[in-house]
Amino acid sequence: MEAIILQILNGLDKGSAYALIALGLTLIFGTLGVVNFAHGALFMLGAFCAVTLSRLLSLAHVTVDPTRKDFLGNPLKVETPYVHEWFGPETGAAIIEWSVPLSILFAIPIMIVVGLAMERGLIKHFYKRPHADQILVTFGLAIVLQEIVKFYYGANPIPTPAPSAFAGSFDFGAMIGLDPGSIIYPYWRLIYFAFAAVMIAAVFAFLQFTTFGMVVRAGMADRETVGLLGINIDKRFTIMFAIAACVAGLAGVMYTPINSPNYHMGMDFLVLSFVVVVVGGMGSLGGAVLAGFLLGVLESFASMTEVLELIPGINQIIIYLVAIVVLLTRPRGLMGRKGVMEQ
Amino acid sequence: MLNLDKSDLRLFLLVAAALVLAPFILNPFPEGSNLAQFNAGYPDLMQRLVIFGIFAIGFNILFGLTGYLSFGHAAFLGVGSYAAIWMMKLLTMNVIPAIVVSIIVAGIFAALVGFISLRRSGIYFSILTLAFAQMSYSLAYSVLTPITGGETGLQPKINDPRILDAPLLDGATPTAGLFGIDMRASWQLSVGDWLFTFNFGYYFAAVVMLIAFYVSMRIFRSPFGMMLRAVKTNQNRLNYTGVNTRPYTLTAFIISGMYAGLAGGLLVAMDTQVGADRMFWTASGEVVLMTILGGAGTLIGPVLGAGFIKYMENVVSKINETVLHQWFYWLPDGLEDFVVSVIYPFVGKGWHLTLGLMFMAVVIFLPGGLMEGLRRLTQGRKKKADEKTGGAVATPAE
Amino acid sequence: MSQFNFTRRGLLRGGAALGAGLAMPTIFTSQARASYLNEPTGSTVTLGFNVPQSGPYADEGADQLRAYQLAVEHLNGEGDGGMMNTFTSKALKGNGILGKKVQYVSGDTQTKSDAARASAKSMIEKDGAIMITGGSSSGVAVAVQALCQEAGVIFMAGLTHANDTTGKDRKANGFRHFFNSYMSGAALAPVLAKQYGTDRKAYYLTADYNWGYTTEQAVLESTEAMGWETVNKVLTPLAATDFSSYITPVVQSDADILVLVHYGGNMVNSLTNAVQFGLRDRMVNGKQFEIVVPLYSELMARGAGQNIKGIFGSQNWDWKLENQLGSRYIGTNAFVQSFGTKYGFPPSQAAHTGYVQALLYADAVERAGSFNPCAVVEALEGFEFDGLGNGPTLYRAEDHQCFKDVVVVKGKENPENEFDLVEIVEVTPTEQVTYPHDHPQFAGGALGTCNPGA
Repeated sequence: MEAIILQILNGLDKGSAYALIALGLTLIFGTLGVVNFAHGALFMLGAFCAVTLSRLLSLAHVTVDPTRKDFLGNPLKVETPYVHEWFGPETGAAIIEWSVPLSILFAIPIMIVVGLAMERGLIKHFYKRPHADQILVTFGLAIVLQEIVKFYYGANPIPTPAPSAFAGSFDFGAMIGLDPGSIIYPYWRLIYFAFAAVMIAAVFAFLQFTTFGMVVRAGMADRETVGLLGINIDKRFTIMFAIAACVAGLAGVMYTPINSPNYHMGMDFLVLSFVVVVVGGMGSLGGAVLAGFLLGVLESFASMTEVLELIPGINQIIIYLVAIVVLLTRPRGLMGRKGVMEQ
Repeated sequence: MLNLDKSDLRLFLLVAAALVLAPFILNPFPEGSNLAQFNAGYPDLMQRLVIFGIFAIGFNILFGLTGYLSFGHAAFLGVGSYAAIWMMKLLTMNVIPAIVVSIIVAGIFAALVGFISLRRSGIYFSILTLAFAQMSYSLAYSVLTPITGGETGLQPKINDPRILDAPLLDGATPTAGLFGIDMRASWQLSVGDWLFTFNFGYYFAAVVMLIAFYVSMRIFRSPFGMMLRAVKTNQNRLNYTGVNTRPYTLTAFIISGMYAGLAGGLLVAMDTQVGADRMFWTASGEVVLMTILGGAGTLIGPVLGAGFIKYMENVVSKINETVLHQWFYWLPDGLEDFVVSVIYPFVGKGWHLTLGLMFMAVVIFLPGGLMEGLRRLTQGRKKKADEKTGGAVATPAE
Repeated sequence: MSQFNFTRRGLLRGGAALGAGLAMPTIFTSQARASYLNEPTGSTVTLGFNVPQSGPYADEGADQLRAYQLAVEHLNGEGDGGMMNTFTSKALKGNGILGKKVQYVSGDTQTKSDAARASAKSMIEKDGAIMITGGSSSGVAVAVQALCQEAGVIFMAGLTHANDTTGKDRKANGFRHFFNSYMSGAALAPVLAKQYGTDRKAYYLTADYNWGYTTEQAVLESTEAMGWETVNKVLTPLAATDFSSYITPVVQSDADILVLVHYGGNMVNSLTNAVQFGLRDRMVNGKQFEIVVPLYSELMARGAGQNIKGIFGSQNWDWKLENQLGSRYIGTNAFVQSFGTKYGFPPSQAAHTGYVQALLYADAVERAGSFNPCAVVEALEGFEFDGLGNGPTLYRAEDHQCFKDVVVVKGKENPENEFDLVEIVEVTPTEQVTYPHDHPQFAGGALGTCNPGA
């Protein structure tokens, strides 16, 4: 029983990342009709916003301490972060420690600018081009973005821990009325799940309850008619692209304490997020979210020892197996619309 | 001749000539000169250019004609390779059975995957093929290690059975060959400072590619090819007229899978080793990129795309700091360092960056791929004349 | 008909005049007139450094390449000479190899066997490299080693830890200085027993590919021999990034040790996840829960950050060896000094093994008096040496594996700087990690005979 609950938690957690990336991918696809292979790179850029902020906060001025030696026997260079000097060592250390949550504020403007620049500078010119061209250009962009990150940050993962207040784990079992100690779960993973839920709800609410969102939805359904009504739908779609970039970026920021970011993390998620989008059904936001969580949970179950003993290697292929089964039983994924991307 | 019309025949002869003369064309710089770094006329790369050309030609039969974008074609290449290496291990190091079996096995696997995947179209089809390929890769890397060798792959070993071959001489290692001629045998020709290598394996692969190219040409020009184009243009209309398109698309899928299997078999024939990496999704993505980069739907474009990517991978990645300094040694010291530091991020370990930039540049400036660029080059003058007389834009070169 | 040559650039740079003519077919075949492949006839000799420059191990590859460049400098008599000063064999004179200036070409393995072979082939065919070295995974090492055997050049393996490289896939032309899975198990087991007791229950999470299998087996057999019990072993996909669903069952089992048989990004992630789930704060059966990572590297320790503290593992070498354990490990400081001076930080074990391999090759050529691969093989087989940072070392003739002390390390609690992440716990002496060459974990391979390629 506890094992099942734990795996569901794990799955929801994994699913949060899938769902957030897939959500942005579907937003871009649904509004602009563009297959964005650079979406994983946006997730990665978000994560590196967190790395960058923590580096910026740790910027230090160097003093030479002649009493201590470095590994070559030269006088040791001691680095004192500026924030330590400005706010005192304790507050300074706390600020550096809280760099990941602070990065959310840091990442939002950056991701919006990146999104706008990408859409206006590149994607805009590809609306009418074949999907193949869109794939080629966005894949090229993804490579360029990750190579730039690699150039500055190297290929090794970079640890970006959560603030120590959230680093531990807490007794989830006791909270839901099971034996204390039966289900212990890390704070940050629960935060990540909650964060994803809020983001998803916010995007849906935005589309559902604001005039802006209404127009965008109308544009998704019938772009031409909305255009004929005299509404500048392109401008709104550009903003939606920026929002999608932001969703992916924030998903990346919050993900950094779970797994240390590296330059190719975007590519690792890219294929998976496409599978999620398609299993959910092209053009369906709800489908993308549902499929994200579903695949996350199933992936977790497939890695249980009991399941592996029954079917060895199932954990290697479960996602793809599910994708095949879903697509064969439901031609347009879980909640896909007819005629979208079927040509 | 060869049942080809005039322009096709010209293209075919051009390709044949290019293949025969490749050792010269790809080695334009004298040995020992600084630019020799850019030479591509050594056996391994020439073989790879040709083999990935075959792979791309096959992929183009499916994607270029029917518009079905398979994202799992590397699986057929991989399955073909595994079939070939097992033939070499069990039967004989002669490449013929290995290649034949690799085509057959890849064809059967393609029939299976195609039968299921072609129930869907568009991106749903792409994801189905991707799913099959990723499953093949994951299983080959892990659970199927006893058959595939897993991480370390398969190579011929001295103590393999090879029931048709004579026992190895003492101290000899098994090498792939064609009735006793070693695939790696080479002749060298030196003219002045130039050195040209003619490799038997390369010419073997080139002949196979020429056949593959001819077959693909015939398919493009056949009624079957027309049918596939009709599928691409409007599948619904075909269905309304009572045509069942599935047999046509499935046939195209199988043919294209067999091309991939052939490429896989040839890879093993040239270089007797298989690893599961060959089936990873990036390998499937690569052939998609090759085709789009060169020009999907054109006859020769995918081959150019394949050549472009493999050239970048093998040549640009080997330019390191020392080489750069050799090139720019004639500049004043400060300037030399500056120039080197500007170029350095784009070569050597930064070769992916250049590749990504090239992808973007080609697709932004040359919609229609490298073929478009060629067309603009060769027909630039003609087009100007056309514009003057108000003539129609030239048809895409195919 | 002019004379056949395969040495291409070397010959041309040597200034030999070439007339037009057609040579006989010979590359890789037995009719060559040259006595072996890529014989350097000019004033230079070319070595091929084939390291990962893209993909997850790019940083490790970059460090290896730095070490190779340093080795080339030292071989050519530039710089301070590094470990050439402490090396017991004095054949190297700092005038290149056999008087020929050392040049190198570099390539990108991408940590994929196909790409690695393509890169190595281009070095052999296009650049005339006489020796290939480098790499950061066993898949690549086995693939390139097989290629070098077929082609007829020497392969000096880089970072490769799986038993197979000198086990079932061993080759006469290939040599490995790095230690292996078996040695990790044999070195770790006694130290672990001493630290954590002999009554322990271990849970294994193992990367689902060859290296994972051999390492799991090695650690499992050695620790069970010490009295440990194995609760469970679970294979995890290489592509996995989030290990939570593998960690939670560990919490629910009665295991009190978790062995993470992961490397690179897998290890960084699985360890981070394990610590997140509070495994290190757990008490099971009245014992403190512990995590063990059989194979360690400085770069991985850096990636794992805080989480690595106190975690036991094994290493081939560490830059603090000589400072902490004395002059048995002479050479270490010399190397750290010249590497650190040139690049500003201490070398990793990947850099060390690369540097040593380059030096060992050059020395073997000097002692053999020839670049002929068969002569080099003969010079390296059974070669005993010291002064290269690992203490007295033997290149065993039967399987071309180096035998030397293995360093058992743990993550340092209070690192003084960003390079000081691991702490040397103990060194397991050579005798304890030596095994017969036909040990079951290494069975099924045959060296064959050396291939000079012509």
